[in-house]
Amino acid sequence: MSTTALPASAAREKRMSWSWLGILPFIIFSLMFLLLPAAYLIVGAFQDASGNFTFQNVLNLGQPAIIRSYTLSLQISAASAFGGVLIGFFLALATILGGLPRWVRPTLMTFSGVASQFAGVPLAFAFMATLGRTGLVTALLVTLFDINIYRGGFNLLSFLGLTLTYLYFQIPLMVLVVSPALDGLKREWREAASILGATGFQYWRMIALPILWPSLLGAFLLLFANAFGAIATAYALTGSSFNLVTILLYAQIRGDALHDPNLGYALALGMIVITGVSNGAYIWLASRSARWIR
Amino acid sequence: MKSTRFFPWFGFIFGAVYFLVPLIATFEFSLRMQRGIYSFKAYQVVLADPNFQASFSYSAIIAVLTIIVGIALVVPTAYLVQLKLPRLRPVVEFMTLLPLVVPAIVIVFGYLRMYNSSSWLPMTGSARSTDLLLIFAYVTLSLPYMYRSVDTALRTIDIRTLTEAAQSLGSSWPRILIQVILPNIRVGVLSGAFLTFAIVIGEFTMASLLNRPAFGPYMQLIGANRAYEPAALAVIAFAITWACMGLIQIVASFAPGQKR
Repeated sequence: MSTTALPASAAREKRMSWSWLGILPFIIFSLMFLLLPAAYLIVGAFQDASGNFTFQNVLNLGQPAIIRSYTLSLQISAASAFGGVLIGFFLALATILGGLPRWVRPTLMTFSGVASQFAGVPLAFAFMATLGRTGLVTALLVTLFDINIYRGGFNLLSFLGLTLTYLYFQIPLMVLVVSPALDGLKREWREAASILGATGFQYWRMIALPILWPSLLGAFLLLFANAFGAIATAYALTGSSFNLVTILLYAQIRGDALHDPNLGYALALGMIVITGVSNGAYIWLASRSARWIR
Repeated sequence: MKSTRFFPWFGFIFGAVYFLVPLIATFEFSLRMQRGIYSFKAYQVVLADPNFQASFSYSAIIAVLTIIVGIALVVPTAYLVQLKLPRLRPVVEFMTLLPLVVPAIVIVFGYLRMYNSSSWLPMTGSARSTDLLLIFAYVTLSLPYMYRSVDTALRTIDIRTLTEAAQSLGSSWPRILIQVILPNIRVGVLSGAFLTFAIVIGEFTMASLLNRPAFGPYMQLIGANRAYEPAALAVIAFAITWACMGLIQIVASFAPGQKR
């Protein structure tokens, strides 16, 4: 099996083909379990029941029920991404640039690593135990402040409730994503600005934020796509009653809820387009901000 | 100076409260099964449930197999891309990031269309082949994390010198990978493995749509039918996530560069 006995050029050629052979399993795997399945759905989105080319499925996405579910998904994703970016940014700002003791930062980072992975079904349970009808916080608010949030119109199984739940993994994700960008803000910039007479506000408005905005916008898009593709938390929290596009797709896969398989493929195509555009823009923005940071 | 510290502390405490209160509430709720007193009854009920044991061990086995397949797929690829085929890097990196772009539910929908029982490769035809499909599904799900941690680990060692040294001593390619490269990147591989475990163990969407008796669908079922057991399950799931992340930190402290 040793190649040393062969002439040098033949040996190199053989090694080259060996490298290609070594990477072949990965190529085949990605084709079979990533690219082709997605391509199959995309093709199906442009076919009618007998396999002819058509735009009808994509046009059928315009029916009110589907538009409503896309709208709700987009709104929840945007709201939880916006909240996550805002709170996560200030949280990271406080711990990294706020002059807190040294133990604070690694604690926050470890916790963010855990909490950003703590999604899915257990997260729904945690929020039911917290803000559900018999949850701890709900009960505490009644006994301590005599505030019944459910009588006040709050419902965990609602837009606000689901957004609050999603924030539990969105905020930590933002902390993880934005921390390198905040580390990239050089101390010299702040010093130079204050020597030139800038106030703290002016420094942020004219120097720090213009450098950070691609990172912030990019993080927003990442969080947005993260929430858009999520289903388990919402499904465990609300059952199939909450009309998110992922839940609609789940019902469609389970039992052809739309009574049109090809419309289901178009539904999936719409999701790929939305997450694809926001992730693509994120990658583009990340490469832009990499120019300043580091 | 003291007044400027107020907002950072306020922010940190706000964050801590937001993260900790749901955990405390869940734990408290899980102890309430017996009326009037705190007890671990809900945990006893859950742990004694044969369906819990079956679904949890099923998911644990699937997770371990996912990790093995993932390592076997990612390590040679990342190694060869770095050493021999740097021109392929953009393509490979794009493919490893794709699972973050295409939602899990869409990937599994594609599987059900492509590998259903009347297709050219009927992987959903039997329980065993569906298990295999689920493992492959989880490998794609963990691909971004696994590839990144292995690739980062490979960058910190001099794979070219190691490879040439091994070659000049007469090692075969499999031996170089398993006995020379793998031990040197074990920290990255283990981080990827623990992260994969944390993702896979409670995964709901893919297991549910492929109709496999995994831990995620079991938790969902309990959540729809019981009151206190779900809270106990959430605490258990959170403890597993913590354990995986903790192990990553411990393993990382043994990294070659940080030993001395």
